[in-house]
Amino acid sequence: MTASLSWFHYAAPQTFYGLAGRLWPWVAALATLLGAVGLWIGFAVAPTDFQQGEGYRIIFVHVPASWMSMIIYLAMAFWSVLLLVFNTRLSGMMTRALAPTGAIFAFLSLWTGALWGKPMWGAWWVWDARLTSELILFFLYLGYIALTSAIDDTRRADRAGALIAIVGAINVPIIYFSVKWWNTLHQGASVSLTRAPSMAQIMLWGMLLMALAFWLYAIALVLYRVRTLILQREAHTAWVQALPEVAA
Amino acid sequence: MMTAFWAVVRRDLLLALRRKTEVLTAVFFFVVVAALFPLGIGPEPHTLRQIAPGVLWVGAMLSSMLALQRLFEADYHDGTLEQMVLSPTPLPLLMAAKLLAHWLLSGVPLVLLAPALGLQFDLAAESLWTLSLTLLLGTPVLSLVGGIGAALTLGVRGGGVLLSLLVLPLFVPVLVFGAGAVEAQVSGLGAQAHVSILMAMLLPAAFFSPWACAAAVRIAVE
Repeated sequence: MTASLSWFHYAAPQTFYGLAGRLWPWVAALATLLGAVGLWIGFAVAPTDFQQGEGYRIIFVHVPASWMSMIIYLAMAFWSVLLLVFNTRLSGMMTRALAPTGAIFAFLSLWTGALWGKPMWGAWWVWDARLTSELILFFLYLGYIALTSAIDDTRRADRAGALIAIVGAINVPIIYFSVKWWNTLHQGASVSLTRAPSMAQIMLWGMLLMALAFWLYAIALVLYRVRTLILQREAHTAWVQALPEVAA
Repeated sequence: MMTAFWAVVRRDLLLALRRKTEVLTAVFFFVVVAALFPLGIGPEPHTLRQIAPGVLWVGAMLSSMLALQRLFEADYHDGTLEQMVLSPTPLPLLMAAKLLAHWLLSGVPLVLLAPALGLQFDLAAESLWTLSLTLLLGTPVLSLVGGIGAALTLGVRGGGVLLSLLVLPLFVPVLVFGAGAVEAQVSGLGAQAHVSILMAMLLPAAFFSPWACAAAVRIAVE
């Protein structure tokens, strides 16, 4: 009883607004700190790669961005399930707040991938499984954003978006394995859970720090965006009118 | 329960027969698109044979996408969809009926027409069979997955373009294996594996899509 109460305590936009407001500056500060250390390791400390020279250093941005683009889509699907099952308003807002950040990460991953591909493979773009599925993931984000912003009624927009996000999440692995058909130039995974990483220890540290920084950046941004969405949607309520930042 | 299913199928087919142009437009779109590619690329038979699987499959995909907009639109505007939601018959069953009727009207003509267009691209007889077979297995998936998008974009601003943005990325696996099967047949590898995978996509899509469509329609009409 009490456990379930506390579990849903922050599901109310009113309480979550305060929590998000307290959390996001700390998360953002930590993201900046870790990002600075990660970039310093990546660009100053890590040794030059014996095969790829200095060009490989974009890995410190490229790989975390790709990870985040996939994780954020999963997070969107998670909140979508919560929305459709528990019908909590906050879940819809979380999904809406996650989408732009995910789209940016997907775009960043494609962009840095092109910059990396040019010196390594001699081509900005190849039709390889991972590139193609990342591109399609980017399209899925765009579809979600287009659908939710085309519907004026927020409740319907949230629920329609949730459904398409879940359908997309089921499709992502199918798309990945189907485009794997032409497996071409992309190098094998650098980090995997099943075998020892094929990179120097210090490079791994740089990448993990950057990944953590990207996580925290995404969390801070989403919390901030959710606060804005809450203010927008609850503008008519008494508690929003009473907020010091609104009343002023 | 099954009477309701067949009643909806018969009704949709009957409505389409009364307004033939709507069905025929999408079919002719397929023919026109397929005719444009040789004009753009040149009549070299070897090149045509190489691009045929991809071109015909993309053409079929776009044509069935055009047809998707019709799937729920009229029923949404005249209130039939609302009555279906309210009816005691399970909504997923009615959705399955609508999807079946839609496939009979938009998918089957493509399956029957594709070999004729394949001849224009100088495909061999076995490749033509493979093309028809993959379309027979693939176009239902397009109707089933596309139906979810069609229900979600009901009455939404810029519905048609939005539908394509939503649905086309989800069609990628069908395209890859559909066109891949014909390509494998053309190059002499055999299409067995591709056809099996298409079948493996069709079965879960046929099972889950009516439920997802029903959820999407409920969101749209509430």
